[in-house]
Amino acid sequence: MSANIVYAILVTSLATFLSRFLGVVSSQGIKEKSKLFRWFNCLAYATLAALIARTIIFPAGVLVDSTYFSRLIVVLLSLFVFFISKKNYIYPTIFSAICMAIINNYI
Amino acid sequence: MINKKFFFRGYRSILTHDSPAIALTCCFIAIGALFKNLGFNIQESIFSTMLTYALPGSLVMAESMLIGASLFNIFLAVWFVNARLYPMTVSLFPLMMHKSQPKWKYYFSCHFIAVSAWLIMRSNYKQIPKKHRIDYWIGIGSATVSVSVLGTYIGFSFSDYFNKDMMIGLAILNPVYFLCMMVGASKTIQITLSVALGIILGPVIYLFSPEWSILLAGVIGGTIAYLVGEHSVS
Repeated sequence: MSANIVYAILVTSLATFLSRFLGVVSSQGIKEKSKLFRWFNCLAYATLAALIARTIIFPAGVLVDSTYFSRLIVVLLSLFVFFISKKNYIYPTIFSAICMAIINNYI
Repeated sequence: MINKKFFFRGYRSILTHDSPAIALTCCFIAIGALFKNLGFNIQESIFSTMLTYALPGSLVMAESMLIGASLFNIFLAVWFVNARLYPMTVSLFPLMMHKSQPKWKYYFSCHFIAVSAWLIMRSNYKQIPKKHRIDYWIGIGSATVSVSVLGTYIGFSFSDYFNKDMMIGLAILNPVYFLCMMVGASKTIQITLSVALGIILGPVIYLFSPEWSILLAGVIGGTIAYLVGEHSVS
């Protein structure tokens, strides 16, 4: 293994584990039914939703090569499939990948 | 030690009809292919998935390496993007803490905190006795990491056969899956509002502060949702 890549992996792992570890340390004094727990619950859901929205609207990686329009159409159509399939998670997920590949090929 | 019955019950949770296994595998297929393009070998790719086990962090590392960033810059960039794991941990671990369980299980298993495992645990924890939730959680985490490693291996091995459109198709799959799970989990006013505000504020704040956008959107959106929810209950 090249040293640079190994160091980058170790640094990435450390930066990732730090937030998780601090989370466990903080969790020890928090009761399941406390207001503080409910607040953190809201923070977690809002943070995840922000991450998902940012990934779709301002993507990183290969998604950069697709258009806003194609991503928006795929997400809206997938949500439509999600609701008509009685909130099944798999159908819209598979649909999104196929739909995105097809749209990206033609747009 | 770990209760085998609950561990395997957690491990099998990814085999259900609404499991994240397919989405997770496809995302790590994309990551495996990306690692190969970056010059990683198979050991480094799997090592990275096992040790980091967080997609956005891996993507940031890959992009930082592409532009030749220093190790310190990689650390800061990954820490910022993965700071979301802190509220996720604090909103999950109090549900699993039990005085009869040794603390090492909590410090060890916090490594499994990631969106898929977190969402599975959140939707199933009420069916598990509190004493054994940590064993169930370790089962979920081991299963999701196994699937991620498998995906990385497949992506690395078959990257030459994927064209650009297929890679883009694989990349959209993860946010769509998570979005559906979040919409499905929105059953109370606090969670529904948290999700809605996060979706709106995340991209808006990104225009002004890309590094802090996720955290700020989470704190502002989550706090407003919490206050509105508490007010409506009272």
